[in-house]
Amino acid sequence: MSKKIGVIVFPGSNCDHDAYHAMKHVMNVETTFLWHKDSDLSDIDLLIVPGGFSYGDYLRSGAIARFSPIMNAVQVYVKSGNPVLGICNGFQILLEANLLPGAMLHNEKLRFVCKNVHIRSENNTSVFTKGLAPGSVLNVPVSHGEGNYFIEDDGLKELQDNRQIAFRYCDENGEITPESNFNGSVHSIAGITNKNGNVLGMMPHPERAMESILGSEDGITFFESVFNQLQLA
Amino acid sequence: MYKAKVNITLRKSILDPKGKAAYQALQNLGLKKIEDVRIGKFIEIKIDASSEDEAHKLAQTACTELLSNEVMEDYQITIESI
Repeated sequence: MSKKIGVIVFPGSNCDHDAYHAMKHVMNVETTFLWHKDSDLSDIDLLIVPGGFSYGDYLRSGAIARFSPIMNAVQVYVKSGNPVLGICNGFQILLEANLLPGAMLHNEKLRFVCKNVHIRSENNTSVFTKGLAPGSVLNVPVSHGEGNYFIEDDGLKELQDNRQIAFRYCDENGEITPESNFNGSVHSIAGITNKNGNVLGMMPHPERAMESILGSEDGITFFESVFNQLQLA
Repeated sequence: MYKAKVNITLRKSILDPKGKAAYQALQNLGLKKIEDVRIGKFIEIKIDASSEDEAHKLAQTACTELLSNEVMEDYQITIESI
């Protein structure tokens, strides 16, 4: 049976088509949209929770989307060890759904930031980062107002001890500098995985860095590594 | 019938950039005696409960399950009979 990627569509998702295009037309893997009221994930080999402003970001970003009917199926899907990738608002939703630890605050300088940044792969322990050597630098865009990752000190220590930090903001040489941590995230965190390594949440948008005309193709490097691990390609 | 008034603020240990920005503006306004500003959310909930205690419990569930995120926020509930 051919492998299939699912992209969840919430009311207010706006990177769902970017993700669909990147998966289907650039990576050439069968991809399907899943409405937030769907509940069948049985033929999905990789689930993407895309970016956007689900439910208008009311209350807190991601807070209401957690109660969408499909999220019950996502909880089961994750418990069974299946891979879920949350990008931007998708990351925020996974945090609110307690599938990942921590929370998102407003960017430290309160501005919505939309630009290309560099992120560094921190460990290769999860299926999402196994193919990326630690220290690899990717050039990918960010586009968010609430991406200031927060977790208490003991939670951060747990992330470090379990090697759950997937990506950190860095400069173009891979150095972690105060300037490259543009949103004020704890420990310059750009992406984390759950303990089992089958859920990755990241604020940057690898799906928007798939074609040179868009400024970077580093998203392909990332997805190729993911697809190799999941044997999707 | 009861009304729950819920105040949600960022936890004390967390930097509140909106509060900081407002604080700076108030300083610029010359209100030098203002020492700190914290900005949060105020939510009013109407509850059809049979007692104040029940209304409080319901409001608390609403806070822990949805209205606040305990990772970064604290909440305070006041119940009024209406």
